[in-house]
Amino acid sequence: MTTATTSPTETEGATPTARKRYAPAALGGQNLSLIGALVVVLGLFGALNENYLALSNLQVIAEAATITGLLAIVQTVVIICGGLDISVGSQVGVASVVSAMVFTSTGSSAFVGMLAAVGVGVLVGVLNGLVIVYGRVNPTIATLAGLAAYKGLAQLLSDGRAQGYVLNDPVFVFLGRGRIAGLPVMVWILVVVAIAVHVMLKYTDIGRNLYAIGGNDTAARLAGININKYLVAVYALIGVVAAVAGILLTARTGSGQPVSGSEGLELKAITAAALGGCALKGGKGGVGGTLLAVALLGALENGLTVEGINTFWQNVAQGALLVAAVVIQQRRNGERAVGLPH
Amino acid sequence: MTTPGTPPPTQATPGVGVAVENVTKRFGAVQALSGVTLTFPPGQVTALMGENGAGKSTLLKILTGDHQPTEGRVLLSGAPVSFASPHDARRAGIRIIPQEPEIIPHVSVAENVYAGSLPRKAGRRLDRAELSRRITSDLARLGFEKVIDPEQLGSELTPAQRQLVEILRALTGDAKVIAFDEPTSSLAENEAEALFALIGRLRARGIAIIYVSHRMKEIFRLADRIAVLRDGASAGVLDAAATTEGEVVRMMVGRDLSSLFVRQDVARDDVVLRLDGVTTDDVTDISLEVRAGEVVALAGLMGAGRSELGLALAGDRPLRSGRITLNGRPLRLRSPKDAIRAGIGLAPEERKAQALFLHRSIRDNTSLVSLERLRRMRFVRRSQEKTVAQDFSDRLRVRAPSIEHEVRKLSGGNQQKVVLARWLLRRPKVLILDEPTRGIDIGAKAEIYRIIADLAQDGVALLVISSELPEVLGLADRIVVMQGGRVTGELGRAEATEEAILNLAMADDLAPLDTAPTPAAARPRTDSAHGGPR
Repeated sequence: MTTATTSPTETEGATPTARKRYAPAALGGQNLSLIGALVVVLGLFGALNENYLALSNLQVIAEAATITGLLAIVQTVVIICGGLDISVGSQVGVASVVSAMVFTSTGSSAFVGMLAAVGVGVLVGVLNGLVIVYGRVNPTIATLAGLAAYKGLAQLLSDGRAQGYVLNDPVFVFLGRGRIAGLPVMVWILVVVAIAVHVMLKYTDIGRNLYAIGGNDTAARLAGININKYLVAVYALIGVVAAVAGILLTARTGSGQPVSGSEGLELKAITAAALGGCALKGGKGGVGGTLLAVALLGALENGLTVEGINTFWQNVAQGALLVAAVVIQQRRNGERAVGLPH
Repeated sequence: MTTPGTPPPTQATPGVGVAVENVTKRFGAVQALSGVTLTFPPGQVTALMGENGAGKSTLLKILTGDHQPTEGRVLLSGAPVSFASPHDARRAGIRIIPQEPEIIPHVSVAENVYAGSLPRKAGRRLDRAELSRRITSDLARLGFEKVIDPEQLGSELTPAQRQLVEILRALTGDAKVIAFDEPTSSLAENEAEALFALIGRLRARGIAIIYVSHRMKEIFRLADRIAVLRDGASAGVLDAAATTEGEVVRMMVGRDLSSLFVRQDVARDDVVLRLDGVTTDDVTDISLEVRAGEVVALAGLMGAGRSELGLALAGDRPLRSGRITLNGRPLRLRSPKDAIRAGIGLAPEERKAQALFLHRSIRDNTSLVSLERLRRMRFVRRSQEKTVAQDFSDRLRVRAPSIEHEVRKLSGGNQQKVVLARWLLRRPKVLILDEPTRGIDIGAKAEIYRIIADLAQDGVALLVISSELPEVLGLADRIVVMQGGRVTGELGRAEATEEAILNLAMADDLAPLDTAPTPAAARPRTDSAHGGPR
């Protein structure tokens, strides 16, 4: 009798409080569950293979994750403002080829090679942005076209082969193999880019405006934000960072790679961003979550390799992770399962 | 609220039609319906009336399974029913004819009518012969043969024909109850006549008809009974043959609105905003002035071009010709940014879709248009931002646990205050408020009116777009009436009455109201307070 009368009131009173508590937890919750998953992955493979947790292997993981990490960070930015870029892998290929070929043709000038790669990156990025904004092409379609076209461009430029040899140049050697304070230079570059983008997103009005554009573009426009300018600039930023990634790929492999080493990077970058908590509708996400997801993906990939598991399975695992991440996101948003998702 | 000739509201013929019993619906803190008991008997047209926000839409949505009641129950033919979805309600025979029915554009009327249950042959191929047989016989059975061509494509249909398709869907689905939500708002006069004749036939077939409209003339032509909702509760049911428009209006309003308005005469002589022959794609040759500290209301019916004019002033719609001057200087507005920099702010019509970032905090939403004043280099000065956002939240009495609270969790009134806080922080010279109190409760309305009065006191030039005539009359120093994208007249406070406004607002080909006009007649659209943006 007493329980029957009190229990409804209790549940009614408890629901709003529980919701209030749940909401802030959900923001940090994403990162907490990523850290949890990372610990599980490291623990699992560490138990299976004693060399897995060795410092040297962790460094291998970090180095291998650098290029993915750079792309995932800029992917985070474009997803926050409601876009997407699936041409990032192809952009890396173009930049890699351009950096090596210009390096060779200018008589071993590393800086001119890198400058040319970054220049091409800006052009490609701005082109993406203009097609999307002024051509009114859906970002997925526009960059899908870019994925094919830039890959073809890299193959045309390079005749489909690895081009040039850069490891006779100290600058490239330093980028690919060098260390500062015990950490690989590549990892430092990732750290610098991550901090810069994080500061931009969290502490500047640029970041506020990017979140606003992704959160509600009509409201952003009426609040006086020049959406077109921001979108083109974001795609240009992607071009620049993809070019940096391409230069690092050249430095790492010793030559300009049109396809190998860059193919499939878009999948990794988008998976990392989605796992890291970016809402694919825009308006939500951050560098921290994305980097954790990059680390998780890197640790998983390395672990599977160390355990000698067929690399084809790694693709399956990655695809499954991307879908799982988005399903969890949509569930959290309370999406109703009716028709095509928006 | 009983009147002579009023049938007892809670009981019609028991056991038939559809009824709600003690239905209460809450959305978070908002009480949309409280203890409503109403019966909609078969073979009768029951008009459902009430002001915006009175709960008509919520009640319809409960009947059609879109919402579930928080308390109380729905009775169909005397038996309690519970609909988990609109699909359930349709299957049970309750249909709503929306203002804009969903029509599949590239297929025929016949396929549209039977969409979802198309006849088919083996291998899931469409059985066209059977489809054509079925539509012909159904049209004949229902007496619709000459009204619509079953081979016509969905994309070619007029608004009236689209409604007809929806009605056919309902009838072929064996509907017992059909609800019409403002059906004539998109219809021409002769089409409306045809609809009325059709509704007469539906009534004769013994269908219970629920008719939501703001148009008194229609109501008195069609309805057998008039059920009035006020502030989420049933205000009573009237026998249409034995009541008057005045009676219905009194029942709908039921309170003295004028007590809500704060009024000071602060308008000064200096003209802040001046429009000369402003023409855009939607409005033609608009000239008006707003002085410092003056509240000018833009009145008119839906689609008169008022919101579009507001957007043009906010720099979001290009001018074809004409001139906007601010404090005597001509403006060239190429984007909302230009307008904001010049000192024009707009709190748009749809606050969720056009103004708010629902997943961001009150602080973020408040500071957004003032960031350029709150930054050093490009870094936002956070402590200062917090201070000012808190300050404006307090001043406007935004009710939330903290300014870090996400805006989507606030009630409509508090969300509107956040939009106002954004502009108060920016301190514009001109503030355009488009439907500033749509879908918010009466208490919050009163607070918004106070904020508007305070802004006027501070010398802001205010242009208020409102479809609620009591609000227009209560707030405005001057009323500019628009119709079909043009200004049709201007009324000073002394000469402004609801009748005068309506006469200027109604299209010339519509006969002016011959009896006392009603506040509701100017609002041919139901409240959209609970509909989220897409």
